[in-house]
Amino acid sequence: MNKPLAPNSFRTGPDEQGMFGIFGGRFVAETLMPLILDLQKHWDEAKNDPAFKAELQNLSTHYAGRPSKLYFAEGLTNHLGGAKIYFKREDLNHTGSHKINNCLGQILLAKRMGKKRIIAETGAGQHGVASATVAARFGFPCFVYMGATDVERQKPNVFRMKLLGAEVTAVSSGHGTLKDAMNEALRDWVTNVEDTYYLIGTAAGPHPYPELVREFQSVIGIEARQQILEQEGRLPDVIVAAVGGGSNAIGLFHPFLDDTDVKIVGIEAGGHGLDGIEHCASMSAGKPGVLHGNRTYLLQNADGQIMDGHSISAGLDYPGVGPEHSWLRDTGRVDYVPILDDEALDAFQLTTKVEGIIPALESAHAIAHAVKVAPTMGKDQIMIVNLSGRGDKDVHTVAKMMGMEI
Amino acid sequence: MTTRIDRRMAKLKAEGRPALITYFMGGDPDYDTSLDIMKALPKAGSDIIELGMPFSDPMADGPAIQAAGLRALKNGQTLAKTLKMAQDFRVHDDETPIVMMGYYNPIYIYGVDRFLADAKASGIDGLIVVDLPPEMDEELCIPAVKAGINFIRLATPTTDDQRLPKVLENTSGFVYYVSMTGITGSALADTTKVDAAVKRIKSHTDLPVCVGFGVKTAEQARSIGAYADGVVVGTAIVNAIANVIGPQGRMTANPADAVATLVTGLSQGVRTARLAPAQ
Ligand SMILES: Cc1ncc(COP(=O)(O)O)c(C=O)c1O
Repeated sequence: MNKPLAPNSFRTGPDEQGMFGIFGGRFVAETLMPLILDLQKHWDEAKNDPAFKAELQNLSTHYAGRPSKLYFAEGLTNHLGGAKIYFKREDLNHTGSHKINNCLGQILLAKRMGKKRIIAETGAGQHGVASATVAARFGFPCFVYMGATDVERQKPNVFRMKLLGAEVTAVSSGHGTLKDAMNEALRDWVTNVEDTYYLIGTAAGPHPYPELVREFQSVIGIEARQQILEQEGRLPDVIVAAVGGGSNAIGLFHPFLDDTDVKIVGIEAGGHGLDGIEHCASMSAGKPGVLHGNRTYLLQNADGQIMDGHSISAGLDYPGVGPEHSWLRDTGRVDYVPILDDEALDAFQLTTKVEGIIPALESAHAIAHAVKVAPTMGKDQIMIVNLSGRGDKDVHTVAKMMGMEI
Repeated sequence: MTTRIDRRMAKLKAEGRPALITYFMGGDPDYDTSLDIMKALPKAGSDIIELGMPFSDPMADGPAIQAAGLRALKNGQTLAKTLKMAQDFRVHDDETPIVMMGYYNPIYIYGVDRFLADAKASGIDGLIVVDLPPEMDEELCIPAVKAGINFIRLATPTTDDQRLPKVLENTSGFVYYVSMTGITGSALADTTKVDAAVKRIKSHTDLPVCVGFGVKTAEQARSIGAYADGVVVGTAIVNAIANVIGPQGRMTANPADAVATLVTGLSQGVRTARLAPAQ
């Protein structure tokens, strides 16, 4: 793959066709195309409307609890004995993850567009919960598609969604994970075109979703940049986030992209290792292809059939990634590296013990990278890890891995 | 440049009847059976064949076609084999138009130029690629047209008058009107609305307008065929195959015969469509 020329700024994409280099685009059925154009029209208006921004800001502060804290993880830093580690505490947001940032933005868009019904896909259930939450808050009926495997491993979240009034449909095609849930959500959307808003949970899908999700999540990086300048008087040396579809990662990364001294690392799910097929490291082990409305790195076979992949973490269990990440990979601005299931589990337990914080298994992948590299860095160096969510939802999975029944 | 599709459509127009367009999934349930099914289609009265290219994630398809694709993939079907199927078919039939239908990724991975060359050499006349709207024409549509292959576009109930010209711009062969907003296999929409939509599209183009999604019976084929230039049947054919596959994958009857019986009935529908009293 030829490396595209480094642009003057890494922050100008996508272009008018929704492309980041060769990635992104609008690969959807004709039925959906007018809907996507309509969404784009409303989004273009909304993003320049001070009233829209003010309403979102107000909800972010008083409903979601922003700004989230940038916390110096002293216990983990001392334990590892290297770089100073900061956690961006998205786990402290209402509903327990970064997903609420995107959902608040999109529910305001749905309202603005006069839509009557919300659909969403979910992997770990965090996006499903956040969708059900904003739907409840704004009085929309909400329908969540979730892979049958994920329904099983993220039971607490399924119950939360139901409590919030959402209808959860278990999708059993494929491996019953996020990819299959997304297919089913798209089938719903194609069927219910008049009144339905598709609230995509990650920075993927057809244009303009990758852009608008990034904009709603960029609050993470904007805050973190300001907070580190206040707390340390300088920018960090490294920032790290786990990449499922890539929304928490692009949210943290985007405001730092032109700070070329800041090393940026995205963590993919290495599952049982990259030698086999039991992983979800689409950028480390996949190749560009077209799925779910965009061109991006995908896990696929030689015939272009999409593989299911595997990760212990439902939120990372997706064979693709948002298109902007694919572009950042090829330009070389961001490094993407895999972390194995076991490494994530160890980081999960370590963080719990030395910080008193139970991280989401997704976030534990990012922490595991810190565990690996912080000791090799100087004590005067700084690393920010995106703690994208809290781990309450994962206690069943972790207990099972530890051979316990709860 | 005329293709087999253009010639077939012109012939049927002269005969004063609509085309019966039959979809089946290449490689379902296995290569040999599927090739038998393909050969049976024209004999049973199919005018144009839609050859499905299986894809792991068919976002616009309902359970029946999803399952057919999975059966084919499980038995080793690939895009290369689907092309070979067309080639094998062409040994005996050089007249019946073949349209390949599916999703973009397998073609993208095969390589667009290589795919078009091989498709042309295999006797493919047209392509329907669900996830390539006109906004993405540079990807495959323009190269296909240059290669002499029709790019058949889907027009849908959400394609309004303002958008239709864009959808029709690089379309050739025929226009495929999707009768409803929904996935394949859903129930047929209100046919009077479909009638109005076909008229609307015809006011924008001289191309034949064929209607698909939801047509399952000879009666439906007849009523749609009364005003459309062609009727597409897919899920009903795929179901006829699925129905003779037993629990262990053992066939309880010959799938090609089952398909032939169904298609013979459907072909009676289109052949009597214009004789039916005006509705
Ligand atoms: C806590 C948490 N982090 C990360 C992710 C991965 O998604 P994304 O890559 O879009 O941030 C999820 C998805 O469910 C999640 O729940």
